[in-house]
Amino acid sequence: MPFARLYPQWVTFLLRVAGRDTCHRPERPRTHPVRQPGPGEPNRSPEDPGGRNDGGVDVTVDSSAVAPSAPGGVPTSGDEPQLVQLLTPEGERVEHPEYSIDLTPEELRGLYRDMVLTRRFDAEATSLQRQGELGLWASLLGQEAAQIGSGRALRNDDYVFPTYREHGVAWCRGVDPLNLLGMFRGVNHGGWDPNSNNFHLYTIVIGSQTLHATGYAMGVAKDGADSAVIAYFGDGASSQGDVAEAFTFSAVYNAPVVFFCQNNQWAISEPTEKQSRVPIYQRAAGFGFPGVRVDGNDVLAVLAVTRAALEHARSGNGPMLVEAFTYRMAPHTTSDDSTRYRADSELADWEKKDPIARLAAHLTRAGHADDDFFAAVEAESDQLAKRVREGVRQMPDPDTMAIFENVYADGHALVDEERAQFAEYLASFVEGH
Amino acid sequence: MAQMTIVKALNEALRDSMDSDPKVLVMGEDVGKLGGVFRVTDGLQKDFGEDRVIDTPLAESGIVGTAVGLALRGYRPVVEIQFDGFVFPAYDQIVTQLAKMHARSLGKVKLPVVVRIPFAGGIGAVEHHSESPEALFAHVAGLKCVSPSNPADAYWMLRQAIAGDDPVIFFEPKRRYWDKGEVHKDGVPQDLHRARVAREGTDLTLAAYGPMVKVCLEAAEAAAGEGRSLEVVDLRTLSPVDFDTLQKSVEKTRRLVVVHEAPVFLGTGAEIAARITERCFYHLEAPVLRVGGFHAPYPPSRLEEEYLPGLDRVLDSVDRALAF
Ligand SMILES: Cc1ncc(C[n+]2csc(CCOP(=O)(O)OP(=O)(O)O)c2C)c(N)n1
Ligand SMILES: [Mg+2]
Repeated sequence: MPFARLYPQWVTFLLRVAGRDTCHRPERPRTHPVRQPGPGEPNRSPEDPGGRNDGGVDVTVDSSAVAPSAPGGVPTSGDEPQLVQLLTPEGERVEHPEYSIDLTPEELRGLYRDMVLTRRFDAEATSLQRQGELGLWASLLGQEAAQIGSGRALRNDDYVFPTYREHGVAWCRGVDPLNLLGMFRGVNHGGWDPNSNNFHLYTIVIGSQTLHATGYAMGVAKDGADSAVIAYFGDGASSQGDVAEAFTFSAVYNAPVVFFCQNNQWAISEPTEKQSRVPIYQRAAGFGFPGVRVDGNDVLAVLAVTRAALEHARSGNGPMLVEAFTYRMAPHTTSDDSTRYRADSELADWEKKDPIARLAAHLTRAGHADDDFFAAVEAESDQLAKRVREGVRQMPDPDTMAIFENVYADGHALVDEERAQFAEYLASFVEGH
Repeated sequence: MAQMTIVKALNEALRDSMDSDPKVLVMGEDVGKLGGVFRVTDGLQKDFGEDRVIDTPLAESGIVGTAVGLALRGYRPVVEIQFDGFVFPAYDQIVTQLAKMHARSLGKVKLPVVVRIPFAGGIGAVEHHSESPEALFAHVAGLKCVSPSNPADAYWMLRQAIAGDDPVIFFEPKRRYWDKGEVHKDGVPQDLHRARVAREGTDLTLAAYGPMVKVCLEAAEAAAGEGRSLEVVDLRTLSPVDFDTLQKSVEKTRRLVVVHEAPVFLGTGAEIAARITERCFYHLEAPVLRVGGFHAPYPPSRLEEEYLPGLDRVLDSVDRALAF
């Protein structure tokens, strides 16, 4: 029995006490007098701690329940803020008084390619989940423009703090798509080096990363660098205390951080109205920094607005909030059934605003792209899908002992002890134990 | 009497509690139309309305903090935390406010809040969806902590937790959610804070709760095949722990192995080992052993089968205890 050796002190101790069967407790006087109940005070037994069993004060449900307010209480479509838009859903180039952009045909084609490849990668991941190769997938379908537009606005030295859905931003940062799949396959919890692409690990706990981005930006400012930091988060996340605290800290310290909220209209099953009575970008005003709402399905507008926001941050003007108004076309994740809470008609409406279709229309209309170009991007996306598919299938399971790796930077005696015990336990099977 | 899953039993418990007391509210993320990500609150909003089954903003501190306020106003909120790993934004409200307000008011106010947490691993999930944080709550005076292992307990324990006047952290074994069992709604429930001998035996006691009860019952079955008679105690309640039932069992079997998914270091098993050693010192033939998680983050899902205590690891500890 190999494990008995691990407890020699117990063995000897038990031998030592064996045979003793009584124990003597010296009588000691009480130092504190026992308090007796005063006159009129209930004398309670331990079984009856006393108190009311009626659930507290008597309040009727009627008197305190607030009737759900009519939609008139929140800003209605009449005062619905104007979106910054540079490309209409039909693919027509329009101008905006504050935000403009001038891209070469090559740059425009590049944005198109990024979006198509990202969508293709995303679709491949969804089907890999269906095939059992991934445990879960959080699709970005519909949010390509928000992610590529903002991702391509970044400089190399800028730093990104993503949620778990920023596959398009990762693409822009040059993170190998296969790297993103490890945590969804269940072979690691992220695993890539955040510093090699200035792209932090995905964060699942909603809102946390906005504070990390703020702190990182405070560090950038302390260093006197002119880099900017961008924190991605969702409409649901905007309710978290951490996000409010990130707004406070960044404003107080004038931190060079851009808060990039993808308002995709849903936080799992809850529509944005459950999170906020004002458009999310307007939250910034209360913290003392600017906010802007951009058409999140318009890659040109997102690029222009994010560039401006990053410039605002890096030139010492402090944080800025960008709300990219977009739509989550897929269920929340592959575990979700969105038919339980949203109507097909809503999807159909947003389908008409598709980010890729509108850029394709613009490219064609302006004569910047021909069939050969579109076919070449299609072929490239097939290649990418194939590479991802094969790469995932070959992704090895981690070694069991990896459980004990990297728990601490400087090591830890308990981890060492448990690692050794577990190795011994596993070895006992090998030896035919 | 009916066969139902733990999910269904919890759903029925919420439904019956809301039916019998208009002050009972259900609140949390996605508990309304969606019925919760595990469907525990399925159909409740449809039947009780949005005033009583409340989809909250995505903010756990807000959920528990407002539940405290609602309780002060006479309501009985049952809040759902979507997954174990997401309770921590609410940890401050739970520890500094919910747990202590009764004492601070010298008993004048009561906080009948139930915090439901689907907990522990085994479902192949991503990070933060498989945690076992029960010791972090059981350590806090003012909170009661329980964890059912089967549909009947799920039903009755939730009803009792809601009916009681103390805050209860209610740990639901998510990987057993779809296990079926009998629920007798007209029966007399066992006390909320009593353990249950789930299988009688004479050679060693296995103590567990929530998801690990099933593993221990299987271990006892396997051990029986080798001629060893194991008793299994389903603890059910972690604060308070029913040490009397456990003591009685250990005085008979003279050996105890405590099993949980949570890390062994400073886990509930540590407290149980210490107390039982104190109570049963002269009966014990072996030190109380513990089987559980390691002092390491819950691993990625491809490793969880090896990480989680299973039949082999439980039986290995049984061997060790019997070899003393
Ligand atoms: C602190 C915390 N609470 C709950 C969850 C469970 N959860 C995961 S995603 C999600 C909704 C997020 O919505 P949103 O912020 O709008 O981002 P989206 O998923 O739409 O991109 C919830 C509630 C979580 N991950 N973290
Ligand atoms: Mg959202």
